[in-house]
Amino acid sequence: MRRRSGGGVIFLSLLVALILSALPLPEVAQGWRPEWVVLVLLYWIVALPERIGMGVAWLMGIMLDVLEGSLLGLNALALTVVAYFSLLLYRRVRMFSWLQQALFVFALVALNQILCHWVKGILGSSTQTLMFLLPAIISALLWPWVFVLLRGVRRSFNVN
Amino acid sequence: MQLLVLSILSVLLLFADYRFQQMAQVRSVLGSMTAPIQFVADVPSKVWRWVDRMSTDYEQLHKENRELKAQAIILQREVQKMASLSAEYIRLRELLNGSELIDETVMVAEVIGVDPDPFTHELLINKGYRDRVRVGQTLLDAYGVMGQVISTDRFSSRVLLLSDARHAIPVQVNRNGLRSIAAGKGRFDELELLNLHDTEDVVVGDLLVSSGLGGRFPFGYPVAVVTKVEHDPGEPFAEVLARPSAQLARSRQVMLVLSPQPETQQAADAEETD
Repeated sequence: MRRRSGGGVIFLSLLVALILSALPLPEVAQGWRPEWVVLVLLYWIVALPERIGMGVAWLMGIMLDVLEGSLLGLNALALTVVAYFSLLLYRRVRMFSWLQQALFVFALVALNQILCHWVKGILGSSTQTLMFLLPAIISALLWPWVFVLLRGVRRSFNVN
Repeated sequence: MQLLVLSILSVLLLFADYRFQQMAQVRSVLGSMTAPIQFVADVPSKVWRWVDRMSTDYEQLHKENRELKAQAIILQREVQKMASLSAEYIRLRELLNGSELIDETVMVAEVIGVDPDPFTHELLINKGYRDRVRVGQTLLDAYGVMGQVISTDRFSSRVLLLSDARHAIPVQVNRNGLRSIAAGKGRFDELELLNLHDTEDVVVGDLLVSSGLGGRFPFGYPVAVVTKVEHDPGEPFAEVLARPSAQLARSRQVMLVLSPQPETQQAADAEETD
């Protein structure tokens, strides 16, 4: 078993993702906000599946719920499911090309958005448009950059 | 296995949060914990405003100052009239044995966050129950009613805006006292008046003010201006749309109405935890 190190770096990157999710944006850009938390979580799950898993995802979900003021458990549920699928597929994702990875990210963020949307719909507040899928596209486009950045961070701080 | 446990836990939490009032306290504690994140998230816009302030030149400030002074004089004049009018109003109320307060105390607050979800219209303000903010209090900006407080934690409170699809406010037409309910539609620039018959007297340009019915919003603050009245013979009610008076998407300096409102149970609960 490898020695674990760099927990602080992981924590910080997740914290930054939370801050980015709460960053005030102009009204026009509101619908275009990428799902930072999903992106960062996904990277760490694929890179270190034995350390970061569904438990961390669930906790991040609760934090996100509190930040967004949505019902407690909404994002927690969605992120747990997302984490489950990434844990299931992380070996393949490591072998994927950029395009395949981006598609994978699109699918997972879309899953996250759809789950949130469903639960909201069941509890009585929903909209008719498909606008809620926009973040999935943006997140997929951003994935290569997030990946390269976090890989750089992981290597320079020797997180494993 | 873990998936199952965590999913069930989430669903239970969802259910508890949806059904039980007590969860407000859990949320409030968690909210205090995430306050630093909100604070940091607000830093970029703070810095931007600071840079903006530093870079306005003398000429511009001078011009703005002149305009503000002119505006102050105009407002002062209206206040002069207000004094005598409100005295008269109170005298008349006394004649009718009314005990309505004409003015409420307000507290200035600042918007520190906007809900990241584009489908909910909520704001975060920098006053919490430490500053006597209670669930149900009304939020105003310089132009009219913005919304109401729906949850508080120690340092901040969450406000539901008029325009949210879950929100509705009792209003009356200022011109003739016609009562209605203005419901949000999930758009910042549009409210809908519910259940107005085709024959009711409402026209484009009518000012809607809060009617104070329902005991949540104080009476008499501007809410919206009617922008569209459409009569469809096939529909039982007229379609009436209005534009909110308050700058829901732009205001940063806001006011909370503090005067004694009929207390809700939740407000009383929050009192006890102080």
